Parts: sequence; structure tokens; C-alpha cells
Amino acid sequence: MHEIYNLVTGPLAWLAWGIFIVGSIYRLAIMYILAKKKDGPSLAYMSWGFSLRSIINWLIPFNALGWRRNPVMTVATFAFHICLVLAPIFLLAHVALWDQFFGVEYPVFRENVTDIMSMIVVAGGLVFAGRRLFQKEVRYVTTCQDWLILVIAVLPFLTGILAYHQIFNYQTMVILHILTGEIMLAAIPFTRLSHMLFAVFTRAYMGSEFGGVRRVKDW
Amino acid sequence: MGIQDRLIEDVGLREGVKRLTEDKIEQVVQAVLKGETGARLAAYNEICMRCGLCSEACHFYLSHDGDPSYSPVGKVQQTMAVLLKKKGRVSPDFIYGMAQIAYTECNLCRRCVHFCPVGIDTGYIMSTVRRICHKLGVTPQYIQDTAHSHSATFNQMWVKDDEWIDTLQWQEDEARDEFPSLRIPLDKEGADIYYSVIAPEPKFRTQLIYQAAAIFTAAGVDWTMPSEPGWDNSDMCMFTGDFEMMGRLKRRHFESAQKLKVKRIVMGECGHAFRSVYDMGNRWVAWKMYPVPVIHSIEFFWELMKQGKIKLAKKYPGPVTVHDPCNVVRGRGHHEKLRELVRFLIDGDIVEMASNREHAICCTAGGGVINCGPPFKNVRLAGSKAKAEELKATGVKTIVAPCHNCHGGLEDTVHRYKLGMDIKFLGDIIYECMEKPS
Repeated sequence: MHEIYNLVTGPLAWLAWGIFIVGSIYRLAIMYILAKKKDGPSLAYMSWGFSLRSIINWLIPFNALGWRRNPVMTVATFAFHICLVLAPIFLLAHVALWDQFFGVEYPVFRENVTDIMSMIVVAGGLVFAGRRLFQKEVRYVTTCQDWLILVIAVLPFLTGILAYHQIFNYQTMVILHILTGEIMLAAIPFTRLSHMLFAVFTRAYMGSEFGGVRRVKDW
Repeated sequence: MGIQDRLIEDVGLREGVKRLTEDKIEQVVQAVLKGETGARLAAYNEICMRCGLCSEACHFYLSHDGDPSYSPVGKVQQTMAVLLKKKGRVSPDFIYGMAQIAYTECNLCRRCVHFCPVGIDTGYIMSTVRRICHKLGVTPQYIQDTAHSHSATFNQMWVKDDEWIDTLQWQEDEARDEFPSLRIPLDKEGADIYYSVIAPEPKFRTQLIYQAAAIFTAAGVDWTMPSEPGWDNSDMCMFTGDFEMMGRLKRRHFESAQKLKVKRIVMGECGHAFRSVYDMGNRWVAWKMYPVPVIHSIEFFWELMKQGKIKLAKKYPGPVTVHDPCNVVRGRGHHEKLRELVRFLIDGDIVEMASNREHAICCTAGGGVINCGPPFKNVRLAGSKAKAEELKATGVKTIVAPCHNCHGGLEDTVHRYKLGMDIKFLGDIIYECMEKPS
């Protein structure tokens, strides 16, 4: 057990972070080079102002038409993404690890807060899964990749909750939690989770076109 | 559920597909994907989360009781997603269905953009599918005929050079009974405005040229029309995917205006031609800013009205509803000017449809869909059920729609769903209500 723990917190952690960081930079760089080479007529119209206008407006819940027409999805999406990003960053146990390995310290959320946030991520994942199963327009277009990334995104939180509450074997759960977290990190640049990297640019581009060329809002 | 369950016989698609082999398809798809697309398509394909939020944006989806194969993402899933996954190695039968979706079940209206959290432009994806279909030689016969006409005559309707001038002179002659001083000035160098129309105007909506001439005369506008090819601002090649010809058309249009040294181009009440200028044709010929300023007649009429150049003898009886054409509203932000102008012209209120302004539901004719002709008419009208319901809910008798395509589509919709509504161009109303000089 200790050896496996050392493996997942040592070499595998370095590998996962390495793939995540280097992979993300690589993918962004390659995409930018491709855009420069092939999407000149689009890049020419990019604008900071309209990009930010679009991004900000889409970050306001129930502001965009798409959000307004789908309240359940809107609540689930916002809650899921906010918790998914913030809970791991401000979790006490994670910050303790940063401190232990690198001497980095910063404020944390209370443990019951991150616990609830993790549950929200799992609940959000269940809403998404429910839509994939029961909503026909979503089921029609769902592919294996969509299920895969949903599982990849939810598992670290599910195992985290189980470990925190010491359900099943604690050590096994912690190892599974770390492992699934690492899988998620490494998967970000190379699966549909890459929407984390690219969505800001596609949104910015659409905002620029709608603001600068078409002279209307895009939300 | 899917395109293969609803294939429609079209001679253009059928004959085109007959000439294909999997090798040829693969080669063409790869050529377009590698040569013409880039990060935009790659990113769209990768980050679409298949969340289905775009579904409710699409009138085809809404009108077919939520059939998911009509949703924007459903259409992408049946076309571009397959091409990318299989790297272009698909069967000729697949191409038939793909062409039918791209040309006849998507109006490229871009309403779905307002529903997509990550900003995916399905209109662009469908245009790229059409581009591939064009290069494969698989296009619906009717719209291909108009594209051929563009190639041969530089106008959409096979109007011959002498017929064009003859038609203008005929309208001038007719109008002089009503307005003895009226002229349709041809090739007047240095005029304030160059008025360009779409070829269906001289072909079968000739009264629109008459009305425009009457309005410009009454308002004392210094205007001209060209006698040579270039006069047609329409662009069906943009919709078939014949981008080479699209570029030539835009160039010819602007060059004919430059030759006459006009100050600006005023385009008639057409939507898609405007899209060709601001969005697609100009980019194909690598103009970030086009060489002659272009405005749509909504703007121009609005200006004339603001400057008091058009005097009204009466107001048009309202209330009315306003249809917002995608290419001049969602495409160019003219919704408020349109409403200001309509309020000026009518006696009564504007009753808004449930979806309006930049969120308006498409007329189901645009994007070249109506131009695909009779084989697809019933599908198109089934797709406009959502629009018909919104129109009916307004309870008014008049629709103001400043776009030829929208007119064609809305006329069919009003007829099919027995809405009993009249559809008016801005020019119709202005001409009817203005003080007529004697």
C-alpha cells in the first residue's frame, strides 16, 4: 500500500502535472500556429473588447438566451464548474500537501464547504448523465468520449468524498482519489476536457465576430 | 431518425453522387479539410460537449416536435463529425444525405450561436460541408442552376445584358406615367449612390425597381444603376460552396461601382447579398474593408426619413409585426433602425413576435434553402411551423420583412398555415404612403 501511495504521490503526480502543463501549452501553441496559418480571415477581426464582452456576458447565469431556456442545465453547469475548479484548489488536504512538498501555503475553505462542493460536482455529473440518458436531443449526439470525460471528471470527487468520510477502505480510496485526479489532469489537453483550454478562445472569437462585424450581441 | 430515413429525390444530388467513389470522396474531403479549414473547425469539433443546448434554437428542430436529428448538433453529428472521424472515407450514399442536410435543412441563420455556451458557429460548419459537396459536384439542381447563371452571366437569373437595360427602361417608361420627371439614371459617374439589386428583381419582382425609382425621385436622391454586369449583388455561389465564383461576383460588384466613382452602394431589401459582402465574399477576396462603402436599404430609407426627404401623405394602417431577417439583423444589427423606420411609417403598434431582433426565428427560406427548389418545398414548410406559430400569435394582419428571401419563405408559410397575413417590403409601404410628386 505504501509503495503504491508513494508511486501515485511521487512519479505519477509529476507525470500527470507534466502532461497537463506541457500538453496544454503544446496544444494551445499548435492551435495558435494553425489559426495563424489557416484562419487569417477570422483572426483579423479578433477584438479584445468584444471578446471580453462576450465572455463576461456568458459567465452571468441566466443572462444568455441559451441559459435562460434551460434553467436546470444552467444551475447544474455553473455549480458543477465552479465547484470543480475551486474545491480542489482550496481544499485543506491539498494545501497541506503543497505545504508538505513545496512549502507553499495559502488560505483554505472549511472542510465541510469543500465536502459539499464535491457533492455538488457529483450531483452535477448526475444531471449531465441523466440528460445523456433521458433527453433525446442529447442522447442522439452522445458518443463514448462524452461518457468518458464525464466519468473522468466526476471520479476524483466521488473518491474524494468516500475517502474524506472514510467509507470503504480509507487507504484504497485515497490512492484511487489521487490516481483519478491524475488521470483527469493528464486527460485535459487530449480529450474533450480541452474545452477548458479552448472555449475561452472560441467564445472570444464569436464575440468578436458578433460585436465587430455583425454589430449585435451574441448571448 | 436521421437523414437516411427522409431522403428526397433530386436530380442534382442523384447525378452528382453517381459519379463518386470512396477514393474520390476521401481525396476531396481531405483537400478541403487540409487546404481550407484550420483551427476554427478543429476547435469546434473538439470542444463541442454535445450538451444539446443548441437544439431549441433551431426552427427545424422546433417544427419537428423535437426530432434530435434536426438539431444543430444533430446535423453536425450526421455530417462533419463523420467526415472528420472517418477522415473523409465515406460512401457516396452518405454524401447524398449530407448534402440534403447541409443545403436544405439548415438556413445558416446562426440563431444556434445564441444558445451555445462555448460559441460554436454551426453556420460555418454547414457552409464547410456545402463547400465539400460543391467540390464533389453534389448540389441540388435548382440552386446549382442559379450558380451556373452567376458563372455565365454574373447574375443569378440568366438575365441577358440587353434584357437588363431593357427592363430598367421599361420600368422608367411605366413610371413616367405617374412621375413625369422620373429617370433611372444608368452609368452616371460620381453619383451619390449606386443602387444594386438582386437578379430576381428584374426577372419577376420588377415593381420593386419601379418603387425604388419612385422613392429616390421623390427624395431627390442622386443615384445611378450600372448598365453592365456587376449590377446583381446576389450570391448563390456563396450558398452552393462555389467560393471561387463567390469571390469573382463580389469583385465584379465592387468594380462596377468603382468604375462609376460612386460615393456608396445601396443594396436593395435583400439579406444574403449583405452577408456575402460583410462576411464571406469580401474575406475570400482578402478585403478586410471593402473598397466602396455599402449600406442596406433599411439604413438608407432610415436616413432619408430622418433627413425629412420622404414626405408621407398618409400612414400605413397598423398594427404590424416585424420579421428580422438573419443576415441584416443577426448579421448586421439593423433591428432598431428597422423598428424606428416602421414606427414612422405605420399608424399603430409593432406587435413583436415571441422571438425577435437578434434572436428572431428564421423564415426557413434563407441560406439558399428556398433556392433548392420544389423538391424540398414541403420539407421547408414543415420546418417553418415554429415561425408560423409565432406569426399567428401576434394576431396582426401585416408582416414587414425587408428581405427577398424572407418574403418568398413567409409567403409560402402564410399560405400553408392559412395565416391570412400580408407581407410588405419597406419599399412597398413607403411607396404607398409617400407624397407623390407630379
